Parts: sequence; structure tokens; C-alpha cells
Amino acid sequence: MIPKTEHMSLVIVGHVDHGKSTVLGRLLVDTGSLPEGKLEQIRANCERNSKPFEYAFLIDALKDEQSQGITIDSARVFFRTKKRNYTLIDAPGHIEFLKNMVTGASRAEAAFLVIDAEEGVRENSRRHGYMLSMLGIRQTAIIVNKMDLVDFNKTVYEQIVTEYKEFLSRIGVTPICFLPASARTGEGIAGFNGSMPWHEGPSVLEVLDSFEKEVEPTSKSFRMPVQDVYKFTRYGDSRRIVAGTVLTGSVEVGDELIFFPSGKKGRIKTIESFNTASLREIQAGYAAGFTLDEQIYVTRGELAVKADEPMPKVTTRLRVNLFWLGKEPFRKKKEYILKLGATRVPVHIEEITRAINASDLHSDTERDGVKRHEVADCILKSSRAVAFDASQESALTGRFVIVDNYEICGGGIVREGLEDKQTWVRDKVFLRDYKWERSAISLEMRTEKYNQKPTLIIITGQKNSGKKPVAKALERKLFSDGKIVYFLGIGNVLYGIDADIKDTGNYREEHIRRLSEAANLLLNAGVIVVATAIELTSDDLEIIKTVVEPEKIEVVWVGEYVTTDIPNDLVIPDPRNTEEAVDLLKNLLQERGIIFRPW
Amino acid sequence: MMDHLQQLENLSVHILREAYANFKSLGMLWSIGKDSTVLLWLTRKAFFGHVPFPLIHIDTHYKIPEMIKYRDWLTKDWKLNMIYGVNEAAIAEKQTFPDGNVDRITCCRLLKTEALKSTIIGEGRRYRFNHKKGDYELDRNTEAFTGIIVGVRSDEEGSRSKERYFSPRDKENLWDVGDQPPEFWSQFKTDFKAGTHVRIHPLLDWTELNIWEYIERENIPTVSLYYNHGDGKRFRSLGCYPCTYPIDSESRNVGEIIIELKSGKLKNIAERSGRAQDKDDGGGLETLRRDGYM
Repeated sequence: MIPKTEHMSLVIVGHVDHGKSTVLGRLLVDTGSLPEGKLEQIRANCERNSKPFEYAFLIDALKDEQSQGITIDSARVFFRTKKRNYTLIDAPGHIEFLKNMVTGASRAEAAFLVIDAEEGVRENSRRHGYMLSMLGIRQTAIIVNKMDLVDFNKTVYEQIVTEYKEFLSRIGVTPICFLPASARTGEGIAGFNGSMPWHEGPSVLEVLDSFEKEVEPTSKSFRMPVQDVYKFTRYGDSRRIVAGTVLTGSVEVGDELIFFPSGKKGRIKTIESFNTASLREIQAGYAAGFTLDEQIYVTRGELAVKADEPMPKVTTRLRVNLFWLGKEPFRKKKEYILKLGATRVPVHIEEITRAINASDLHSDTERDGVKRHEVADCILKSSRAVAFDASQESALTGRFVIVDNYEICGGGIVREGLEDKQTWVRDKVFLRDYKWERSAISLEMRTEKYNQKPTLIIITGQKNSGKKPVAKALERKLFSDGKIVYFLGIGNVLYGIDADIKDTGNYREEHIRRLSEAANLLLNAGVIVVATAIELTSDDLEIIKTVVEPEKIEVVWVGEYVTTDIPNDLVIPDPRNTEEAVDLLKNLLQERGIIFRPW
Repeated sequence: MMDHLQQLENLSVHILREAYANFKSLGMLWSIGKDSTVLLWLTRKAFFGHVPFPLIHIDTHYKIPEMIKYRDWLTKDWKLNMIYGVNEAAIAEKQTFPDGNVDRITCCRLLKTEALKSTIIGEGRRYRFNHKKGDYELDRNTEAFTGIIVGVRSDEEGSRSKERYFSPRDKENLWDVGDQPPEFWSQFKTDFKAGTHVRIHPLLDWTELNIWEYIERENIPTVSLYYNHGDGKRFRSLGCYPCTYPIDSESRNVGEIIIELKSGKLKNIAERSGRAQDKDDGGGLETLRRDGYM
């Protein structure tokens, strides 16, 4: 049995031409990590093209890079020391390729940042230092390279160390160490040949082997973004498996989970896996799957947490730090997609607190956009509630990316969740769901038996636009088709459930919350509920969606002109023609799979 | 604490599940070799024993016969949804290297890249294995694939070391290596314009040694061409018989291959050294890959 070897991913960053690829190439050669023939092949290529051989060519395997002499994308190199195996990622130093540097660096557990002794600290030395801290790389060593060009002068080296240390302290980063080296002559890489008697070591190689492995965060609270819910019935498999990668913590069979933002509860029945012994527990780092003791409806995008551990934050307003890589600036008044864990949600900028140039830390307030390669402090507003942890609590569940025009264009960390207009409702709903007494008949069983999906159909429009006649005609039609349907009159709620607040003046929000709770009970009984309301706004709908699961709501506007900002699933321009209106509604319900065709 | 192989396995599974959740029309390129067989095994890990999308094999008509036999055996045994595509025009017009009419690189481009492109968009004929009949038949479904899972590894050659896990291809299948999307924190490019597709690379971080260690750990069936059967030769990398040569090796099983890779004479010989087309491409597959080659 051959002993297992440890493995580590590591990135080399720094300003363009400061010698990153040369350091890497030299490391490969000095440790005998190159495949036989590779060095000869590159040397032969150089000879063919009458170019002097450079160690960097080993890494810059792509042809057009060799012609331009710059690394345009992160390349991965595999490499071995006596201590362990490495994947070394060579990240480009050119400002244009910052997105490639970020890509490379984000895969690393530790970093070398290379500074040219002759050129000194440059724009991207600083920018890359900033990015490493944003990306959450905790171990960074600084190599002051090309010492041969400054005659291995100690004073030059110390000036660079002082200057760069001062910059790093301003962004709250403490490097592991500084190292003088010359990759071209090999000094300070794998060892020393006396050019720098004032430096007692360590060498680059020694520091490399001293980086510590990151361990899976199993001791933190359990967090698993739901990546998917599988039911492979077509393969004769009836298991319903909730799948996802555990980011932190651990769970066992029998543990009670809560899924956020929905607040649904379920207990782990089995832990599923393929070609392993049966598992009782899953931990951080594992791409896992489990079944629940009840068929609750959870979907991709929710965050699974343990019921007896701290709750995540759930809100639509996030205070964040982000960096922007897009060709177009990140602008106010434009909609983007936020991806956090497995969540994907439309988002826009509520406020840009300040924008910062990462290379000189110059900052601006009063901006309406964040330009390429800048970092910024912002408040983001999402169209649905998102579940996360503040990044200082848990880095893995507190970071996100922003998508613009099909591309990931930025990323960042959530500093805190801010209150939004639905917080007061959401808190009540969490408690409600936590205390919810379930019947022995699941919603799935009801759905199957009644042959319909419980749905809240909200019919809204201007006063006297004919909402009620349409609602009642729909109820009649569905009833005569054998459906279980109920028209929920607003007045029935107003004078009963709302009796205590009806005369208190501004009670609209609380009224909508109670109406939604009443509807929620009926939905839980498997009923299709038809309700009407005058000129609902999107804020009103947000309250309803906080109480009732959004996927169970259909919004219909009656009347020629939509006079509020509410998003709708259907507009009925001429509600006076009830028969036509009912046909349109029926068609919508069939399309959404709420009832089946043919009737 | 997890070992490195477990970390690789879990990231690959995570990537496969992201692909499945985001690409409605998803397929997996399956070359019969060790890498794509590990990829298939990881798929069963990700989906709890199932392979919920079709496998696509690009048949050049010059594959080593035993590879095709193995393909069809596994298809039946694991009840796989297997599709193959082929550049029928190039074969009919004898536009191939073995026919002596084109060079190796052009042959690869025609029989692999072009066949792959037309199979992905659904213009080329696809043949699907009918499990009831026990044979392939013309597939009526010509829908374009929007996500293609491919088992390339970054240690195979230079251009592959620059790949993304989710790597976009434009309408012409071209790979713009100079302008790839950023990819960090396990968030991938899952949004794409109509008419384009995304290549998904779950094995990017695996090395040749990792692949064999995993085959050993999981006891995954592999095609016997990889092993020495007494003549002191075995294949290290599989392809078309006119351009793929076996290496001298005594390794008779997975364990011996691992020892050979770790400590033996293969330590310093590149894996694809038995693949003649690489040498004709200026020392890498880059020309082929920019054009859509896997």
C-alpha cells in the first residue's frame, strides 16, 4: 500500500512581467517535476523560432501567449515536493485579465505574490493584494523577485518590504513573510548559492511546504444550499432525494432541518449515496443527498440548516462589498442576477455607499455606477428574500456573484442583512412554520386525491372593474367541473378576522397579512382559493408572497389598463364578458398544471 | 479530514449537479476511455445510481474494435441512453488520414471535431441504442444540446490547463481562449445565448494518477486495452488505431499501473505521447481545440 499524499492548490499573482511564470518554471525544473522531454521540447521550439529560452515558456503553453509574452489566462501546473503534491495556478498580471486572475486565485488555499525588485510595487501588486483578501485567501507570502537586477541589494529589498507592508496593513492583510529571490538565476527558489548573504532563508520552496492545509469547517453550524431535489421515477426509483454540497457543519439521520427562506421543516430519514456503505452522518465538503420523513415541497435555492442551530439571515436587502469585472459598469436602475449558494434572484443597486480604486485605495462617494476593476460598498435589493450568513460569521455562505448579460461580472461578500418591508411578516411566518402542527395527510396526498394543485388566484384591478363577477363565475365553473374551490370574500375577512383592527385607520398591511394567512389555511387543505382585491401593488404582493409560497400564487389583472406596479400572470382586458374571462383563466390554470386538460 | 481523491470526487459531483440543474438539454461526451468512464461513474454518484442524460460517442470508424465492443456491453449492462454520431460524408468521400487523402490534424478535425459539432446541434444523424431491439437506430430527436459534459483534464496538455469548469462555445463552436468568463467560489457560467452551448469539465483538476487511483478505489470496470496481456505492451491513452500506439509496459492491472505511474518509468513520459496528432499540432492540441475539439 502506497501512503496517501497530501495535496494543495496554490496561486502565483503579481504585476505583469514581474516574473511569476519564471518563478513557476524554475520551481518545476529545480524539483525535477517536469515530464521527460518537456524541457527539451520547449528548448527546441525556441531554437526553431530563434528565440532565447525562458523558463516562463514552460507555463505559457499557448502559442499566442508565447508571441505576446504575457499570461492571458490562469494555467494549472502539477508539481510535487517531498512533502506533498501541488496544483500551481499561474495567474495573469495584466490589468485586462483581472477576471482570469480572480478565477485562478479563487481556487487556491495559499498565494505567492511576486514583486519585481527593480520596478518596485506597481498598480497590480496592490490590486492583486486587495483581491486576495476579498477572495478570502488567508495565507500569502511575498516574493521580491529579480534581485539579480539590483545586485542583490539589501536596502532595495527592505524599501519594497516597508512600502508594501504599509499598503497591506491599510486593507487589513498580514502576509506570512517576505522573500528575496531571483528566479532567473535560481537564487532563493529551491536554495541559495551565496548571492544574498544577508538573507538567512527560508527559500520559496521551504515556505511553499510550510503553508497549512485548510480543513473542512465541520465544527460550524450546518449549512447546505439545496442544489436540487431528485425523483428518478422513470428509472423505477421512488426516493425523493434533497441534494447539495454541505458547506459547513454536519448532520445525522434523525436531525430536524429548516429550509430557508421558506421556513419549511423536515427530519432526515436516510442519507443516500452510491457505492458506499450506509451513512449515518454527512459533513462539510461532501456533495450529499438525503431523504426526509415527510414529502415537504423544497426546491433548489433554499438553504438547509439544523433546527437547533443559529438561523441564517433572511431578507431582500444586503449590505455588501463587491468587486466588478464586467465590461459595462455596474449601474443603478438596472436589473442583474444575484447567485448565492444555489439561489438565483433578480437584484438591483439600492445604494452605492462608496467606490474604491483597488490599486491606490482612492475612494469616491456619490456614484451611480461601479466601473470595471473597482471595488465598492453597496446595498443590494433582491426581488425575493435570500437566506445567507454575514461573511464574518461564515465566509462560504456569505458570498455571491452577480450575472449581467449571461456572464458573471462581479462578486462579493455580504457584510450584513438589513431590514426590509416584509421583515415583520417574515418573523411571524417563521414562528408559524416552526410551530406548525402537521396533519397525517400530506399536501401531496391531497393534491393527488383532488386532482388539483392548491392555488391562490388573486383577481385585482380598479374599483368597479368587474373583479367579483369574474371571480364568482370562475368558482362556479371549477366547481361544476368537480374541483374543490372556494371564493374568499374580502369582507368575510374584514369584519371577522380583522374586527379588532378594522377601525384603527392604517391597517392595510396587517389586513393583507391576515387575508394571506386565511388563504394559507385553505391552501393547506388542498383547496383552490379565488380572492379579489382593489388595485394591489407589488408591495402588497410581497406581503402575500411572504405568507403564502410564491409558487402557489397566480395574479390576474382585470381591466384594460394596469394601474399599479404589480407583476401579473394574466391580464383580462374585458371582464364584462365573463364567459371569455373564465375561459382565459381556465387556460392559465391548465398551462400552469394546476388543473389538467382535458376537463 | 477528506483526502485529495475525496475532494476531487465531491467537486466533480457538485459540478455535474450544477450542470443538470441548469441545462435542460444536456449530454455527456463518452469516449470509452478511462477518463470518461470515471466521469460516468461520478455521474452515478451524483444521481444516486442513475445516468439521467444521454451519452454521446463520436465514432470515427477507426476506433480500436475492442473499444466499440466495450461501449455496447456497458450500454446494455448499465441500461445507458447511448447515442453515437459520425461524419458520414467524410468517411464516404474517403477524406481520412488512413485513406491517405488528408493529414492527421485534418482527419481529427473532420472525424472528431466536425462530427461532434453536427451531432451537438442535431444536424448530423444521431444513432440511439434501442434497448428493446438490442441495436442502434436513427434517433428522431434532433434537438440541439446546450450543455455538453466532457472529461478533459488540465494536466493533459497546455491548452486544457487554461480551461474553465463551464466553458462557453459560440455558434461556430469556437473557444475564445483569450476572453473566458470569470469563474470563482463554485459559481459557474450557466447563462448562455440561444444558439451557443457550454462545455462542462468536471474532471479538470484530476491527474492521470488520480483517475487510476479512483478506478482502483471504486473498482470501476475499464476496457482491457489498458493492460498488458503478456506481450509487454498496453495502451496508455485510447483513440483511433491508425494514430494511437501502445507503450512498453508490464502492468497487468490497475494496481500495477498506479505503481508504474508513481514510481516507475512512466513518471517522466507525457501521457499522450502515443497520440500522433498532438505532435503534428505544434506540440499541443490547441489548433484543434480552438475549433471545437474536445
